[in-house]
Amino acid sequence: MPIALACHRGIGPDVEGPALVAEDNFSARYDLDRLAGTFSRPAHKLHGQSYVGRILVLETAKGGVASAWMLREMAERKLAPLAIIFDRTNTILEQGAAFADMAMVDRFEKGRPTRLIRTGDRLRIEPAAGRVTILNRDS
Amino acid sequence: MKLTPEEQAMLAGEQGPVRQWAIRHQMAVGAFFDAEDFVAVSQAHIMADTESLGDSGVSWLEELVAQPGARLAVPTITDPRGLDLATYRRLKQTEAMASLEARASKAFEALGVLMTNTCINYQTVLPAVCGEHLAMGDTGVTIYVNSVMGAHSNFEGGPSALAAGLTGRTPRYGYHLPQHRRGTRHFELTRRPRDLADWGALGGIVGRIANSYWEVPVISGLETSPTSDELKHLGTAMASFGSVALFHIPGITPEAATVSDAFQGAAAPKPVTVGADEFARFYEGYAQAGEKVDVVVFGAPQLSIVEMQQLANLLDGRTVHEGTTLLVTTSPEVKHSADRMGLTGRIEAAGGIVASGICFYQSYAREMGEANGWHRLLTNSAKLVNIIGGYGYQPSLGTTEQCVESAIAGRMR
Repeated sequence: MPIALACHRGIGPDVEGPALVAEDNFSARYDLDRLAGTFSRPAHKLHGQSYVGRILVLETAKGGVASAWMLREMAERKLAPLAIIFDRTNTILEQGAAFADMAMVDRFEKGRPTRLIRTGDRLRIEPAAGRVTILNRDS
Repeated sequence: MKLTPEEQAMLAGEQGPVRQWAIRHQMAVGAFFDAEDFVAVSQAHIMADTESLGDSGVSWLEELVAQPGARLAVPTITDPRGLDLATYRRLKQTEAMASLEARASKAFEALGVLMTNTCINYQTVLPAVCGEHLAMGDTGVTIYVNSVMGAHSNFEGGPSALAAGLTGRTPRYGYHLPQHRRGTRHFELTRRPRDLADWGALGGIVGRIANSYWEVPVISGLETSPTSDELKHLGTAMASFGSVALFHIPGITPEAATVSDAFQGAAAPKPVTVGADEFARFYEGYAQAGEKVDVVVFGAPQLSIVEMQQLANLLDGRTVHEGTTLLVTTSPEVKHSADRMGLTGRIEAAGGIVASGICFYQSYAREMGEANGWHRLLTNSAKLVNIIGGYGYQPSLGTTEQCVESAIAGRMR
């Protein structure tokens, strides 16, 4: 039976895709090469990796405020993550997800999602239900 | 969320499609954070530089303002823009960037937005009042008005700040609620910062440890008040390194007459000591002594008129090295004053460039770096060294004086 993780009610549509996990944070402005679709800040744990079409699983959101515009712009160019899962988001990224209609959830009942989910896991996110399912592993 | 009759009318589209979009967006945001209702705001501040908007964002904005009934409910101002029309060619920014910027400005102006183009509006436009609810769209502005002025704002991303300007309200969550304003982390300062870079370093040290929008650091050990510029660098760095939106300094900031006040009467946690060793380690992370410096940046946040004078004094009679660019970014209000007082002329006589209404990292920093061959960057802004690495720069942090001396020598001093 797939592993179901309960979280706070999120935002955006239901989606299914592969996870990209790091015990690090996220800013669309400071961490990404948005033209290449990769993490570009050298100190980031996902430096050099593509985020396009992935479900990012990270610790928390950082500034700047520009990220709120950028998620939508990235989605329009088909160079966006599929969804973002945080342990706890800040307001900016959540506002950006609302503007971009991107799936986002946080506040998990069983602890930090970066410890519960592994890179390569296939996930289904149901934001309205507050649920993330790891499809490739059994509970 | 509980809605007033006016909010229900907005949601039903009775005040036009633009306010209907705005309140729908705000309700989605509010639901995520369990907001029970809205709170009226007296002002909104929008971060909407064209680097982040992109062509699609500008087109979206143009379509929005062309709709019937598109008008603001409260005074709404802007954060720095993507470029300064007076300096963009010297910085090798492109005509396409300038054209996009002009389109965005025209759309905002059609809506009645005041193009203040500043991240230091609390120093130059309309300082916040204790207890005032605002929708501030810059992390450095938000942390300053919350902490130093006792106002109430969350980080409001561009679309949300625009929505607040259109509806005159914002969902009541986060730092609009007193229970989130209680101190959660305690720091004891044993070495007072000396330079603006030190104040930024302190913000960086505290921000790295706090590391969450929902943490509220309390910094003890300061016996006399820092200046507005010092608190500006402290706050912007803390917000940048830690996503922090509120801090207290007992005896200095308005919600914390005492340590006990800062924690709203709860027991203070054991403090983390921040002293000379912590500062030294922070600087070591950005050290490149002896290396060539391509660009020295004073900005992030924009300079006050006092910082402009300090810089002019340090540059008088000196000449910036021919292989180095010295760039200063300030607000339009400060630039006008600096022009009138001769400060701009003194900085530019030494070979510096003074740009107005931009803040470097919001100004196509990657493209500017590539066009100008800039790689090694030196600044007195801890915020800037934290964020600019992702744009292809190798950043160093130095005191204001070290930055000037390095610009003159063309090498890191």
